[in-house]
Amino acid sequence: MKNILNRIILMLGLLSVLYAMESCKPKGPAAVTTGDAASKVYVAPGQYDEFYNFVSGGFNGQMAVYGLPSGRLFRNIPVFSVNPESGYGYSEETKPMLNTSHGFIPWDDLHHPALSTTKGEHDGRWLFGNANNTPRVGRIDLTTFRTVEIIELPNSGGNHSSPFITENTEYVVAGTRFSVPMGENRDVPISSYKENFKGSISFIKVNPETGRMNIEFQLRTPGFNYDLSRAGKGPSHGWFFFSCYNTEQAHTLLEVNASRNDKDFIMAVNWKKAEEYLAQGKGRKEKAQYAHNVYDERTHTATSTMMNEVTVLDVMEFPDIVYFIPCPKSPHGCDVDPSGEFIVGSGKLAAVMPVFSFGKIQTAITNKDFEGDFGGIPVIKYESALHGEVKKPGLGPLHTEFDANGNAYTSFFVSSEIVKWNVKTLEVLDRVPTYYSIGHLCVPGGPTAKPHGKYVIAYNKITKDRYLPTGPELTQSAQLYSIDGDKMQLLLDFPTIGEPHYAEALPASLIKDKSVKIYKIEENEHPFAAKGEKMARVERKGNEVHVYMTAIRSHLTPDNIEGVRVGDDVYFHVTNLEQDWDVPHGFAIKGATNAEILIMPGETQTLKYKPLKAGVIPFYCTDFCSALHQEMSGYLRVSPAGSNTPLKFSTGDTGGQK
Amino acid sequence: MKKLKTSTRFIIAVVSLAMISALYVPLWQILMWAPQYPEGLEMKIWIDNITGDVKIISALNHYIGMKHIEVSMFPEFSYMKYIVLGLMGFGLLTALIGRRIVLVLFALLIAATGIVALVDFYMWGYDYGHNLDPTAPIVVPGMSYQPPLIGTKQLLNFTAFSGPDTGSWIFVVIGLTIFGVLGLEIFKYGKKNSSV
Repeated sequence: MKNILNRIILMLGLLSVLYAMESCKPKGPAAVTTGDAASKVYVAPGQYDEFYNFVSGGFNGQMAVYGLPSGRLFRNIPVFSVNPESGYGYSEETKPMLNTSHGFIPWDDLHHPALSTTKGEHDGRWLFGNANNTPRVGRIDLTTFRTVEIIELPNSGGNHSSPFITENTEYVVAGTRFSVPMGENRDVPISSYKENFKGSISFIKVNPETGRMNIEFQLRTPGFNYDLSRAGKGPSHGWFFFSCYNTEQAHTLLEVNASRNDKDFIMAVNWKKAEEYLAQGKGRKEKAQYAHNVYDERTHTATSTMMNEVTVLDVMEFPDIVYFIPCPKSPHGCDVDPSGEFIVGSGKLAAVMPVFSFGKIQTAITNKDFEGDFGGIPVIKYESALHGEVKKPGLGPLHTEFDANGNAYTSFFVSSEIVKWNVKTLEVLDRVPTYYSIGHLCVPGGPTAKPHGKYVIAYNKITKDRYLPTGPELTQSAQLYSIDGDKMQLLLDFPTIGEPHYAEALPASLIKDKSVKIYKIEENEHPFAAKGEKMARVERKGNEVHVYMTAIRSHLTPDNIEGVRVGDDVYFHVTNLEQDWDVPHGFAIKGATNAEILIMPGETQTLKYKPLKAGVIPFYCTDFCSALHQEMSGYLRVSPAGSNTPLKFSTGDTGGQK
Repeated sequence: MKKLKTSTRFIIAVVSLAMISALYVPLWQILMWAPQYPEGLEMKIWIDNITGDVKIISALNHYIGMKHIEVSMFPEFSYMKYIVLGLMGFGLLTALIGRRIVLVLFALLIAATGIVALVDFYMWGYDYGHNLDPTAPIVVPGMSYQPPLIGTKQLLNFTAFSGPDTGSWIFVVIGLTIFGVLGLEIFKYGKKNSSV
């Protein structure tokens, strides 16, 4: 009996030990929002969000527009990728937007949005974005939310440290990620990296009135990798700072070979000095081929111009343009605080985060406080440039944004967290986890001289178990945190499309009232516009057939077309005659090998169609426009090649049929 | 014959001259709201023109067979300003002549003009709302779309409001003033000063 009792006690003891062990196991991330989070992100139906959030789409080549704090998606603006939904890159008018010196490129990798600024503050005029793969910079007009200009960058091997803009949007700057051979002979052994490979930084001048871009000059720089950048502001206006890695100049297995040096560089560029040299005619004209594509909102048509020359200034010949500052272990982010005095370098593999002082950098340059040179370019002593180090900040620092109260927010990829710290005292104030592996982060106005604050948004690389699973490919995601109090507070997760890299946010009040509602039909200068149903017609020029078509609720004019032959090139130039907000029409035709087109009120867009078979082909409006949208359709009769069916077109002609 | 007081004649002259403002401000307004048009659509009727979202309203109304609203469908536009100018001339004449009987005539004329204008507008509205194209895409049996003369009315998905705009309000004030001074002349000054 005692024996049995002992056994039971032993069993219970064992069970309780097992239970205790089980409950000691570390727990996974639980829900960490507090009770009032929902009310802080709730934007009631019919109400507006406080901020626009422009989020790069990464490998989808587009720019997504969200509202904050709700996280609602409003638009996905095609920039470097074709969009069959609207016809961007498919319509005759928009095809030239994606032209490059390599021909038509339907895709790219968009990493960094940059909002235009005046006096270092958001002015709500333009949004720039980079094409990382085939180097280009695009400009979106914030009155139409459309890509209106794309300029290709010659001498660039991958446009990653781009686009970053000066205080008054004087320049959009784009540094090459990869160094590549430049000059006449580019067919060189890869192993001749140290000898032949060079870096290149493009300074794109922006017309202050029109926003029109042109490559004013390029700096030829030493051969390694240029990662990210920020312009100086306030006292440091006139300077630019770039993070550089692979100062080992490795050309293979960079993972290992480019991580050897204890310190790489922050490159400080005195661009006002570069301008002086250029004014003295020191720039060298070099042959280069690059496309400059501009969309004209009056003709509703883009034109692509092939440029053939660029002005180059080799910094090795002018050593007072550029200075290097040692920065620990492959720096990624290189961010300038709102005052313009402090520059934060984020060594991806470093245990400390250095903050450099612009004032100290200037003193070091004056006193020639250099520790040596790299390829003839002075390297400032680390300690002489340093304001201080943030100790034990976290693992894998990437990017830093700022609020208006002297605080910085840095993302840590490896330890998957946001760390808040004080820029002056370098003291860590707070940290919150992100789910999971944050890349970029965004504080509204965070990179400007006047941050709007309120929130920090994390853009994460991994979501794992945060959402309902959708097979091997999961949604990307953003997370919204309040930064109003001393402690950061997680408020909301919201899924994003593409892969979000950098993002910017600005108050909706800066742009919402400037939004274009319609294009005025009387200002339409498209050469194939039909600005009224009386002007709708069909014209043949050899084997080209031009249909001047109009669309208005709820019919297309003409809607019966005969006399088209197999082998013709038929151009449907569709003009939307509506002058009412939110009434686009669409146009699609059976068997079209390109896409559909969406035509905004007052606009003209063209879809090219090549009939391959004889028959009667229906076409219709794709954008549900009215109660009689389903009736908005027509027929194209296609006759065999060489037949002599007369060219005929009509709308509402019953042809005697009762 | 009863003569008007100088102050009365002065007031008549001033309000008559004020009629000129009717040539430069909208007289009537029609406002419309629908689920698809939360911001509303408006149409303003001036002495010789219609402005506002006329094209959009016409485009919407063609579904139910209503006519396209155009300046040419209002012959009134060609002579309305002469009526106003005539009325104004009569008012100035009244002030000049200064006889009560002429003021009575002027007051009646103003009232008559107002009534005729409303009747005319009602008749246009009746025709516009009833005389529908039988081949219209949407025909609702027994349904007509006459806009309200004054006030608010639900017409299918639209809530329509019709009412006076600045110009009409000016006329209302002018009319009330004229009748007011006429009343004073008859019931106040008239008794004290029955003959001159």
